[in-house]
Amino acid sequence: MIVAKRKPFDEIMQLVKGHKKVLVVGCGTCVAVCLAGGEKEVAVLATELDMGRKLANNPVELGSITLERQCDREYLAQLDGMVKDYDALISMACGVGIQFLAERFPDKPVFPAVDTCGLAVNQDVGWYEERCRSCGRCVLGLTGGICPVTMCAKGLYNGPCGGTNKGSCEINADQPCAWFNIYERLKAQGRLDCLLKVQPPQEWKDTTPRTLIQPGYTKPEKAKT
Amino acid sequence: MKSGSNLEKVLTAGHFAFTGELGPPRGAHAEEVRKKAVFLKGRVDSVNITDNQTAMVRMASWAASLILIQEGLEPNYQMVCRDRNRLAMQADILGACALGIRNMLCLSGDHCQFGDHPTAKGVFDIDSMQLISTVKKMRDEGKFLSGADLDGKPQIFIGAASNPFADPFEWRVHRLAKKISAGVDFVQTQCIYNMAKFREFIRQANDMGLTEKAYILAGVTPMKSLGMAKYMKGKVPGMDVPDEIISRLQGVARDKQAEEGIKIALEQIAEFKEMKGVHGVHLMAIEWEHRVPEIAERAGMLPRPKV
Ligand code: SF4
Ligand code: SF4
Repeated sequence: MIVAKRKPFDEIMQLVKGHKKVLVVGCGTCVAVCLAGGEKEVAVLATELDMGRKLANNPVELGSITLERQCDREYLAQLDGMVKDYDALISMACGVGIQFLAERFPDKPVFPAVDTCGLAVNQDVGWYEERCRSCGRCVLGLTGGICPVTMCAKGLYNGPCGGTNKGSCEINADQPCAWFNIYERLKAQGRLDCLLKVQPPQEWKDTTPRTLIQPGYTKPEKAKT
Repeated sequence: MKSGSNLEKVLTAGHFAFTGELGPPRGAHAEEVRKKAVFLKGRVDSVNITDNQTAMVRMASWAASLILIQEGLEPNYQMVCRDRNRLAMQADILGACALGIRNMLCLSGDHCQFGDHPTAKGVFDIDSMQLISTVKKMRDEGKFLSGADLDGKPQIFIGAASNPFADPFEWRVHRLAKKISAGVDFVQTQCIYNMAKFREFIRQANDMGLTEKAYILAGVTPMKSLGMAKYMKGKVPGMDVPDEIISRLQGVARDKQAEEGIKIALEQIAEFKEMKGVHGVHLMAIEWEHRVPEIAERAGMLPRPKV
């Protein structure tokens, strides 16, 4: 899932300080699971803002709502009648959701209340670890199911580097060396031959905005609203 | 001859090579490079010029390499993958070659987190293995990485680093093999302190025929003090400092530790000279350039061959 971290309160205060009527919009999917921008976090932020602005002698009128998903037009449509009553929106969705919200209401300033941090696994409640940078050309088949782009601090395709340190990455003893782990896993599977060939330079796919159209589908002439 | 560099000539003539290292200054004074070069001139066959070593910004390695050429020394231009993408790398290779640089060492580079700009974005558009094949493609096929023709093949003697000690140990020799198949002509190893492990590494490399396909220069860094040895042992990733080294330095008075460190290095060099599959020594006397003349003399490396 996509994980995000709530921004520090002072930063959010600063972003919206000039607005008197603000709607806080949460998202019920990834950011809710990772405890950053779901219904509960929306309620907490609204309360904090209300108090903070009162203390700053700059009261604000707040509304709050949490959509099922902000990256989906169908759910965003719920806001169509509401937004006109506010002069700014705060989104607690991931970067994708925030942009889709801003795109739907182009005349309203939209402010992010979270920092989107990546595609991560749920290790335990409140503990998430990044695993994929959505590079667009997956090499997991050659690397024992361990991503060198994300898990190696240098994103090497022909690792490990000279800094690999007894199973840890050179950056930090607590960070496992991805290439050490790749080696161990492939060795256990009897597949070390995967590592013998020089991997050619990556043809980067993430250097321009990407569009995905699945086979059998086409892009409509005009985007729906 | 692939490049016609002095280092290449020394090695192909069958001499035991001796290379040094020089870190460019953290400032714009060419004088700083010249001062250090004085100690190395005539004592080594080629001088590695580090590239933003430990991720600290320094004078560009190509620029310091050119100052060295002006001073009559031969540089071994280091290039890391951390700071530039494939366009900048190929442009720098062409420029370096046009201005007389003939040796290059292709490296990944330490992570930015170690340096003075820890939040910088590391580039790593290509990795060291891919950089080796890029230089080879430019030199041997006269083509850019993209496949387009280039006019004026860069004549470069291609080098890489090798760490014989990092885990998994059994993989190290295969990694060396991979670099050789990517196209390296010579390899300089990480500083060696664990001789037993290094002997085993070279034995494996000999068995696989690797030491006939590329020249291997054994890395030597004399310990200046017990403190330095302890730091290298505990704090420097990928470094293997056995307890014997620590206890030897502990066994002498504080003001004799540097001399003991040099003695250890001299014993190592003597052994490397006799070791099958080792073609030279790379002396990394970090911020100790002024001791190089003495070390070279005592190691029996002088005079350097004229080829
Ligand atoms: S290689 Fe890594 S970053 Fe690329 S798609 Fe696969 S998991 Fe994601
Ligand atoms: S130590 Fe391992 S994970 Fe860290 S940068 Fe080097 S190869 Fe990558």
